[in-house]
Amino acid sequence: MSNIVGIEHDRVTNTTSTDFPGFSADSANTEWSLDYFKENFKLDIKYITERTANFDLIGLDTSIANAFRRIMIAEVPSVAAEYVYIFNNTSVIQDEVLAHRIGLVPLKVDPDQLTWINKEADEKDKFTDDNTIVLSLDIVCSKNPNASPNSTNPDNLYRNHKVYAKNLKFEPQGRQVELFANNPVVPCDPNILLAKLRPGQEISLRVHCILGIGADHAKFSPVSTASYRLLPVIDILKPIVGKDALEFQQCFPNGVIDINEKGEAYVKDSRKDTVSREVLRHEKFNGKVKLGRRRDHFIFNVESTGAMPPEEIFFKSVRILKNKADYLRNCPIANLN
Amino acid sequence: MSGVKREREESFDELLNPVYKGKSLTDPINTAEDKWNLLPAFLKVKGLVKQHLDSYNYFVDVDLKKIIQANEKVLSDVDPDFYLKYLDIRIGYKSKADPKQIEVLYPPHECRLRDMTYSAPIYVDVEYTRGRKIIIHRDLEIGRMPIMLRSNKCVLNGRTENEMAYLNECPLDPGGYFIVNGTEKVILVQEQLSKNRIIVESDDKKGIVQASVTSSTHERKSKTYVVTKNDKIYLKHNSISEEIPIVIVLKAAGIVSDLEVLQLVCGDDSVYQDIFAVNFEETAKLGVYTQREALEYIGRKVKTIRRLNAPKLTIIQEGIEAIASTLIAHLSVENLDFREKALYIAIMTRRVVMTMHNSKLVDDRDYVGNKRLELAGQLMSLLFEDLFKKFNNDFKMNLDKILKKPSRASEFDALLHINIHSNNITTGLNRAISTGNWSLKRFKMERAGVTHVLSRLSYISALGMMTRISSQFEKSRKVSGPRALQPSQFGMLCTSDTPEGEACGLVKNLALMTHITTDDEETPIRKLCYILGAENISIADSSTLHTHGTFGVYLNGTLIATTRFPNKFVTTFRYLRRTGKVSAFVSIYTNVHQSSVHIAADGGRICRPLIIVENGIPKVKEDHLRKLKNGEWQFDDFLVNGLVEYLDVNEENDSLIALYEKDIINATTHLEIEVFTVLGAVAGLIPYPHHNQSPRNTYQCAMGKQAIGAIAYNQFRRIDTLLYLMCYPQQPMVKSKTIELIQYDKLPAGQNATVAVMSYSGYDIEDALVLNKSSIDRGFGRCQVFRKNTAILKRYPNHSKDILAGMRVNDDGEPIWQHTALGPDGLGEVGMRVQSGQIYVNKCVPTNASESVLNDNPQQQQQQPQQTHRDQPMVYRAPEASYIDQVMMSVSDNDQALIKVLLRQTRRPELGDKFSSRHGQKGVCGIIVQQEDMPFNDQGVCPDIIMNPHGFPSRMTVGKMLELVSGKAGVLDGSLQYGTCFGGSKLEDMSKILVDKGFNYSGKDMLYSGITGECLQAYIFFGPIYYQKLKHMVLDKMHARARGPRAVLTRQPTEGRSRDGGLRLGEMERDCVIAYGASQLLLERLMLSSDAFDVDVCNSCGLMGYNGWCPTCKTSETIIKMTIPYAAKLLFQELISMNIAPRLKLGDVF
Repeated sequence: MSNIVGIEHDRVTNTTSTDFPGFSADSANTEWSLDYFKENFKLDIKYITERTANFDLIGLDTSIANAFRRIMIAEVPSVAAEYVYIFNNTSVIQDEVLAHRIGLVPLKVDPDQLTWINKEADEKDKFTDDNTIVLSLDIVCSKNPNASPNSTNPDNLYRNHKVYAKNLKFEPQGRQVELFANNPVVPCDPNILLAKLRPGQEISLRVHCILGIGADHAKFSPVSTASYRLLPVIDILKPIVGKDALEFQQCFPNGVIDINEKGEAYVKDSRKDTVSREVLRHEKFNGKVKLGRRRDHFIFNVESTGAMPPEEIFFKSVRILKNKADYLRNCPIANLN
Repeated sequence: MSGVKREREESFDELLNPVYKGKSLTDPINTAEDKWNLLPAFLKVKGLVKQHLDSYNYFVDVDLKKIIQANEKVLSDVDPDFYLKYLDIRIGYKSKADPKQIEVLYPPHECRLRDMTYSAPIYVDVEYTRGRKIIIHRDLEIGRMPIMLRSNKCVLNGRTENEMAYLNECPLDPGGYFIVNGTEKVILVQEQLSKNRIIVESDDKKGIVQASVTSSTHERKSKTYVVTKNDKIYLKHNSISEEIPIVIVLKAAGIVSDLEVLQLVCGDDSVYQDIFAVNFEETAKLGVYTQREALEYIGRKVKTIRRLNAPKLTIIQEGIEAIASTLIAHLSVENLDFREKALYIAIMTRRVVMTMHNSKLVDDRDYVGNKRLELAGQLMSLLFEDLFKKFNNDFKMNLDKILKKPSRASEFDALLHINIHSNNITTGLNRAISTGNWSLKRFKMERAGVTHVLSRLSYISALGMMTRISSQFEKSRKVSGPRALQPSQFGMLCTSDTPEGEACGLVKNLALMTHITTDDEETPIRKLCYILGAENISIADSSTLHTHGTFGVYLNGTLIATTRFPNKFVTTFRYLRRTGKVSAFVSIYTNVHQSSVHIAADGGRICRPLIIVENGIPKVKEDHLRKLKNGEWQFDDFLVNGLVEYLDVNEENDSLIALYEKDIINATTHLEIEVFTVLGAVAGLIPYPHHNQSPRNTYQCAMGKQAIGAIAYNQFRRIDTLLYLMCYPQQPMVKSKTIELIQYDKLPAGQNATVAVMSYSGYDIEDALVLNKSSIDRGFGRCQVFRKNTAILKRYPNHSKDILAGMRVNDDGEPIWQHTALGPDGLGEVGMRVQSGQIYVNKCVPTNASESVLNDNPQQQQQQPQQTHRDQPMVYRAPEASYIDQVMMSVSDNDQALIKVLLRQTRRPELGDKFSSRHGQKGVCGIIVQQEDMPFNDQGVCPDIIMNPHGFPSRMTVGKMLELVSGKAGVLDGSLQYGTCFGGSKLEDMSKILVDKGFNYSGKDMLYSGITGECLQAYIFFGPIYYQKLKHMVLDKMHARARGPRAVLTRQPTEGRSRDGGLRLGEMERDCVIAYGASQLLLERLMLSSDAFDVDVCNSCGLMGYNGWCPTCKTSETIIKMTIPYAAKLLFQELISMNIAPRLKLGDVF
């Protein structure tokens, strides 16, 4: 069985992953060996920026890659606002909606600094300096005394008429004063608009931020998205030359297909292909090209919300998966054999 | 003012210059494509609900004055010298004041909040006698007139967006409704058969042909028929006891010679003469030859209902009276000259004869040209005239009463007595609008359900209500004719927007460009006809009337002239209309079958503007459109310059209208301005409706009105009984020109959801949707529900009154649980959460409210100074908690304190909530799935909604697929795409964008399963579709009960969710249980769990006893205890009470 997923004009073939113990791609050797895996597994980092990481995982089974993806989205813990205590809110935006918006603001906190909150605990003992970060928002809109008389621009007419995420102020509690002395808690994106005010309106509230996971609420997910795609494969079966080659090139995004000096089209970089299947629409390329995707080559793209570096999120997902495996191994049922 | 005005125009400029298909002001103008700019220009001048506003404006400006003139004098039966004459009438401004400064009691929004009526005073100027002097009194207020919002008597008229904001009004609100006692009321457009027109019908089974005309004047309404009976023709009228041979009627009306009768009815056509000849015989048999004999004949048949002290008339006078005023009442007879009326009857007879000869010449009742729409103004005018007459009558009675008294102390001043009744007009108008019962004595009209509460469910539902037309037809009748889609409603009435079910086809909606006419003056048109060479009918020779080639000229259905050159006449007339010499809304058309030219100037006709085409060239040129774009020209300039004209349905039928410029041929007379105007405002929301199966568009029209979204800019200032708002509404990715025109993009109701069309999880069968939990977490489909609760603090006759008590506290000084949400004033505090069982208005009512003031003596009062009030709080009862959004305290009309508490709930979508796309595809949420389990594409995009593909094949909503592709292209391209009806972005262009952005041309993506991580074996149709959240939510409907309240009488569980009722095991379910044989289950469900009751039955007499004692047999020996349903026991007792003794015979079971 080939490890290429077939891309046909109306369907996808050979999608099932077969790379698990007891079954192997090359039928001669059905045994799954760790050494073989270690030898063949490759991690290829394309680029890592502050917010995104793009890397290839080559030579592992779909289930493992998918587990990383799922864990990054749903199970890597992060910190977000959970309890909003509103003292005063005379703006047009309702308390619940404002609280919802504050909840979705990603915060720059290292989740390792916090412990899990005990949901069953008494209201008084629930929040400690170990498990809660307190933010406050106190803002009053007023008229700008220096506004130019004929202006209709609210930016000029009023002060504080826009409430941004950056207006959320960190209030360190107890040992947090030292702990967060160098890296105070701030929103990752300071210019998220939370509410709009007009003179006389004010918002005064306090936020308790706790640790949570994306499975509970999307706001605890540390990634905007984490996903992978399979490496595209383009097989040119018969040479395509001349005008056809140019047309062939047009069927793919820039940089995928190049034409050599003989006027023959060749695959320059199939990684850039978006697999639009445009080439399959053309009758003339029928039988000349075969599209596919490598089933064990995952091009990961992890976009962090900003709380943690993207690579850190991936490492955590690996750790969580490892813990899960350990847990499973220690389960009574696992010890039966 | 001018500065602000410019600002307002700027907001419209945006509409006038939408950069459509990348076009801006400087680009070359293509008349074929850019002529649609006339449409926003039209709406700019007329507004979206112009028909209501025009009609109301006509009523207050013109019709009121006519009513005053028609009823101008009040005379006294006692004092012949006294008179009172109305000189003028004005709404909302005094004689000296500037008519533009409208004087209303309170601005509209305050009226809404304080449950008051938005009205303005009605001022009249009167002239009357006081003693010997004649006195003119100006600005006498006779009542208050409810004001239609945004009419020219409304304070909102001509306001800029800024000024509207100061008045707490939404600039996008179309107006056209009234505010009566705080509720917004719409007077629906009423559809009727046209008045004062001849309608010919035939009944093939009975072989009857009849021509009828409903005459309607200010005074009365009556119907005259000309019918056939055994091939003879008779005249029938309600106030004449039997049918009268038509020749007798004509003779009575002065056509004495048989020859002339024949000439008027049949002309020289021998076929018609043969058909008609039989009628002469009958007259001869009856011995009626002269006019006098004819009049006497009619006079004998008249049903006379005379008023009390009216003098008795002779038979011939009765006959004259019948001809002069009863028959064809809308024609007035002067100096006993019956010729006009005779001609009218002759024409009716001729139509009958023609139809007898050729049955195809009947009129179609359902033809839109034979319909008239009655609007708010006309209905108000009928009502006002009735009330005004009553007012004058009461005034006169009052006068007579006083004037009868021989000696008066002071000089009599009539004005002192006019004010006494001034409330009648105000309350009469208010009551009619608030109840919707239009009862007019003089027409014996009793119509219910004329007004409706303006539905504020969404912006679209409010707008849809303003364009609604309700028919007078009975809903229960099973007739298809009036319900069917009429070809003549093209462009006038929306072809899609009609409800399903019993009102299907009877309730219609106006199309986008429809205009409804108001009455125009007849006299100038009549004069114009004579000037144009038509021969006046009153001097025309009867013999020439029906000669071949002679066309009758009819003005509003009445023959006024004849012409030999109909084409020239019509062309000249149209020319004059296009040059603005005749009102633009007067229509003229020729009917070749009847050899007639019809001119219509009456109100209520449906018409629409079209571009004039002459010699195969449309008159609107590039240059004109440029002027429109530059703002030099407005829509009316196109009318004045004869480039565009209004056509009503009848005239439209006489024209050849090209849909597109390319379709123009030599015979073409007009060009459509824009084709998508066949749809109305509500159907205009649908993208690519021309690709959908037609019922789907109709379904969407019904559902668009239930979508939750933004309602108005002032939505948070409103306190409505029930208000649904969406937290994050979005404008659709695929919009239409109509959406821009009605500004739906500014008050949208829905969100662009990324949809994957695939099967997932099995929880998506039967149209159920799969929702992404993370999308919901992030705010998808989140909505708010506001509910109003009103409390009134009453005052009682004994000077006691309701009060508010503060919150009660426990020992720690904390408020008790029930009072947690209260403030010290006893009202809920804004922002507090109220749970079920908590109190938000702590009202107390006096215990002695019914005791009278006179009885109490001081001693008694001292005895019980405390306990004067008892708690009657407003308790919150609902499964979910609410927050207090607003608390309003005010004073209502009758000086009682009015408290309104607005409670708010924020709801995220849950299982069972209803959603719908814009293609009549509704579905409930079947499962909510974690994001990581959702399929994802190469970019990592997860769908918000997964829709089952089985929704497509049978529904055939291709428009939805096109919306997805266009939406996807728009998202990738960063542009909004159009799905305008008969236009919109082309699929080829959209596919091109998709391919350019690296996607498949078909909109199908390769997806990975979120659960296994593997590629899906099929390509998935994936992209954004605009989804609406509908108002039906599980939270409002969920209901279950184990135990609960029972009805008092039967002791069976109560019914209905609101009473916490039980779920009935009904007859059919019972049948199942019987068939299955589960008798114990049956016993348990129907008796033990319901109304089991232990009774003592006497085995000897079979009646029921009590306490082990049979009162009939006077013994306790034969008593047997048994359990029966309480309802059965009740039945036995009820039977006994009517002397039927049901006796129970008991036997052993085993």
